[in-house]
Amino acid sequence: MLHGSEIIMVLVRTKVLPGDLLHDSYQGQPPPHTYKLGNKLLSLKVGLVEIEGKEVKLIPLAGPYIPRVNDFVIGKIIDFDAFSWDVDINSIYTAHLPAQDVFGRDFSPQTHSLTSQFKVGDILAAKIISYDRTKDPVLTVRDHGLGKIVNGEPVKLSPSKIPRLIGKKGSMAKIIESKTKTKLIIGQNGVIIVQGPSEGIVLAAKAIRLIEEKAHLPSLTNMINELLTREGG
Amino acid sequence: MGKLIDENGIRLDGRRWDELRPIKIEIGVIKNADGSAYIEFGRNKIIAAVYGPREAHPKHLALPDRAIVRCRYHMAPFSTEERKSPQPSRREIEISLVLRRAMESAIFLEEYPRSIIDVFVEVLQSDGGSRCASITAVSAALADSGISMRDLIVGCAVGKIDGQIVLDLSDHEDKEGEGDMPVAYMPNLDKIVLLQFDGIFSEEEFKKAIDLAILGNKKVYEILKRALIEKYFGTVDEK
Repeated sequence: MLHGSEIIMVLVRTKVLPGDLLHDSYQGQPPPHTYKLGNKLLSLKVGLVEIEGKEVKLIPLAGPYIPRVNDFVIGKIIDFDAFSWDVDINSIYTAHLPAQDVFGRDFSPQTHSLTSQFKVGDILAAKIISYDRTKDPVLTVRDHGLGKIVNGEPVKLSPSKIPRLIGKKGSMAKIIESKTKTKLIIGQNGVIIVQGPSEGIVLAAKAIRLIEEKAHLPSLTNMINELLTREGG
Repeated sequence: MGKLIDENGIRLDGRRWDELRPIKIEIGVIKNADGSAYIEFGRNKIIAAVYGPREAHPKHLALPDRAIVRCRYHMAPFSTEERKSPQPSRREIEISLVLRRAMESAIFLEEYPRSIIDVFVEVLQSDGGSRCASITAVSAALADSGISMRDLIVGCAVGKIDGQIVLDLSDHEDKEGEGDMPVAYMPNLDKIVLLQFDGIFSEEEFKKAIDLAILGNKKVYEILKRALIEKYFGTVDEK
């Protein structure tokens, strides 16, 4: 725990709880998941904190997915009306996919049928094109790699642990993909689609569950390697 | 009325004036909740669950600039000595309100506009000081759900029995004693977020009671911290 005089030291990944003091004279805007009280910087979450000089970075270990513009997400169609689909993106807010995005600018509800493209229950890969505090997120599927996903199994992971699943420059995801002979489609919103042979999917799901449990440990890569070699035979 | 403190200063359950009842906290006990916690505070056994932040339904409840909190404190029919009607009583409605107010001061509501945070507290077995135990469980559940919080909240009561200020009243001491004051506290910010009082204290006694409550709350905080660290990091550093 961080208390008083200890904070002058360079701290490598210290465990913090809400309300813990991170810095006693922090200048500027507070980084994500922290807040300022006078000049003091305090934590808002359970997580790990990295402090390097003036840089403070808090990695939360739990929390809902807050949409961000340009995030790649995986969602499920839950409803539609004449002009748009409602998409569940595992977040606080339901996202909207406008029909114009799919049918083009000459879309008209008389001539185009929304269900010809996406039905309720369909899973799709999409990108967030707009979101702010006052409006629900809007999605697009007009980019390469986006659109309906027809095969694979969805697996959920806490959104805050997605960076651990991807690893440095995608290293962790590559290890899992090559050892389980699967393909991972990783949404920033904490939904992962695993595609490939069923044994591979089971094993990849196990690896993802291990990340969920042990995301805070530095030896995670070794543990994943060990699991995949042991169970993969 | 029998004596609540004997001549050696020992209370009926064997505690001294400044001792808490045994406390056990478990985090993440409900799989389908976004955050949950179970607390045993003396003979209190309480489960707290947090759902959300999620879209507010009915929609007119939502506020454009912040989240709203809905809290339900409920005692199971089998939680008391005689069967309690499952219908929310006056007391339960009041406790739901004070718990909500206490957590609203800790949660960073502005971070989740247009949404709602549902908090459910179910008392499985009741003893004295259940609102204090509940707020501790709720704050553990909120931390587990990853909702942004200014600080953790802990709760602990003080009271007066046989003319003496003591920490953490049990059910019997609460009923037979002369005063009861539940206090919930944010230890890092040094702020009191819930204070209720029933009985008669002199000014001096009141000041002593507040100091004692904060002392007790700091002990509860250590236990809560341990439980959270154990759940999230597996181990507790001895430091």
